[in-house]
Amino acid sequence: MTAKRSVTVTVNGETRTGEAEPRMLLSDFLRDTLGLTGTHVGCEHGICGACTVHVDGEAARSCLMLAVQADGAEIETVEGLADGETLHRLQQLFSKHRALQCGFCTPGMLMTALDLVRHRPNLTEAEIRSGMAAVLCRCTGYEGIVHAVAEYASGGER
Amino acid sequence: MKPPRFDYHAPESLDEALDLLADSGPDARILAGGQSLVPALNFRLARPSVLIDINGVAELAGIEDAGERLVIGATTRQRAIETSETVARRVPLLHEATRYVAHLPIRTRGTLGGSVANADPAAEDPAVAAALEATMVCRSRRGERRIAAAGFFIDVLTTALEPDEMLIAVEFPGIPDGAGAAFAEISRRDGDFALAGVAAQIAISNGRVADARIAACGVGPAPLRFRDAEDALLDSACGPEAIEAACDAVAASSDPHDDVHASAAYRRQLAAAMARRALNGARARAGGAA
Ligand SMILES: Cc1cc2nc3c(=O)[nH]c(=O)nc-3n(C[C@H](O)[C@H](O)[C@H](O)COP(=O)(O)OP(=O)(O)OC[C@H]3O[C@@H](n4cnc5c(N)ncnc54)[C@H](O)[C@@H]3O)c2cc1C
Ligand code: FES
Ligand code: FES
Repeated sequence: MTAKRSVTVTVNGETRTGEAEPRMLLSDFLRDTLGLTGTHVGCEHGICGACTVHVDGEAARSCLMLAVQADGAEIETVEGLADGETLHRLQQLFSKHRALQCGFCTPGMLMTALDLVRHRPNLTEAEIRSGMAAVLCRCTGYEGIVHAVAEYASGGER
Repeated sequence: MKPPRFDYHAPESLDEALDLLADSGPDARILAGGQSLVPALNFRLARPSVLIDINGVAELAGIEDAGERLVIGATTRQRAIETSETVARRVPLLHEATRYVAHLPIRTRGTLGGSVANADPAAEDPAVAAALEATMVCRSRRGERRIAAAGFFIDVLTTALEPDEMLIAVEFPGIPDGAGAAFAEISRRDGDFALAGVAAQIAISNGRVADARIAACGVGPAPLRFRDAEDALLDSACGPEAIEAACDAVAASSDPHDDVHASAAYRRQLAAAMARRALNGARARAGGAA
């Protein structure tokens, strides 16, 4: 039962299969087994939010899920946002508002913000600030992030 | 890899899960949302030999309106509780408190049963269970026990659950007509564990307090219910003096400790301040107020 198992997930619309020991975290499976290193790993205990991905349409910490638990799930990662060379609208707004510096937190910020905007209609600025506190940024001071998410939310985009 | 090796089982029925739990010995652990257990695995603070993942047991998830009570299955996600219109209407205290549990992406996975079974002293769900005298429905291969909140939460991270027992549901009494509820909390940052949080529910009839429930998290080794504070409100008109007396009783009965986040004395003050906020909020929402 500690032996490796086959795990099949749909990542950004593509079916991918890999082997995982039960103790392998989803974050490591995405990065090391599937080669999707856009999802970042900071603390690996749920605090920093850098590893946030969408699991069946909702944001979750990939460092707090086992890869075997994701078998059969639909995963979206930051790699799925851009369309070829064209950045996702929220990515463009992050650029416009200087919502990133080193970029380490950015994958988690984007996936967290998209979930927030999709599931909370009429977000207030206070709700954006509280919601984005789910991800730690040590560079920007958050102002640009809040502005980018606010403009995205006000655009009626989902 | 961060977590230690373990045997992993993902049963699909409750009976299968209870058999695994009974046969795997005391080192086995149940995996629900994983939002407390997986960090402990990653730190190797927890080294279970066997993990029994109950996420695939369909009968453990769901919100059922059973007349006077609302029965919430153990693996019901905190996110599902926060978005449930039924919970908002029938147990508004739980609904409001859930927004204070960590962050949205953590509530996506975290479960009511996991929070109650984990019994973190700063956790919101156990405080709501204590305030409303919820019933924990616990099942093992040996049978079922129904444990009232007062006998369930024993100490820091310690409950009345036996090693072969699983929490399968929590039953909350529905809010009576005309009653009001409010939850107030202060933490260092949004989403952090509470320095102090207070759950209050007041029923007012003919201008007098007919029922009062007050409990807190973060200010004792387990969620505390404050009978003295409730007594200070009962039969009063719920005016400022009665509320002040209740807040004083909350401060006096709190049992906080010093830690890096706050001193015990400060937590005691916060308990009174959050009680004031929660009681004023509950009173404002109660019908029949004087
Ligand atoms: C960054 C961060 C911040 C957080 N902040 C808060 C906060 O502010 N407030 C708060 O309340 N919580 C907070 N949490 C914890 C979170 O709410 C957890 O979801 C919750 O405490 C545990 O629920 P779970 O379903 O994830 O349980 P798990 O992590 O799966 O399990 C927790 C424990 O309970 C046992 N268990 C689980 N289900 C059962 C069951 N049905 N029967 C018997 N035993 C069971 C497990 O064996 C384990 O020992 C935070 C977590 C993180 C990572
Ligand atoms: S790496 Fe997952 S929350 Fe920090
Ligand atoms: S941009 Fe560097 S941590 Fe956020």
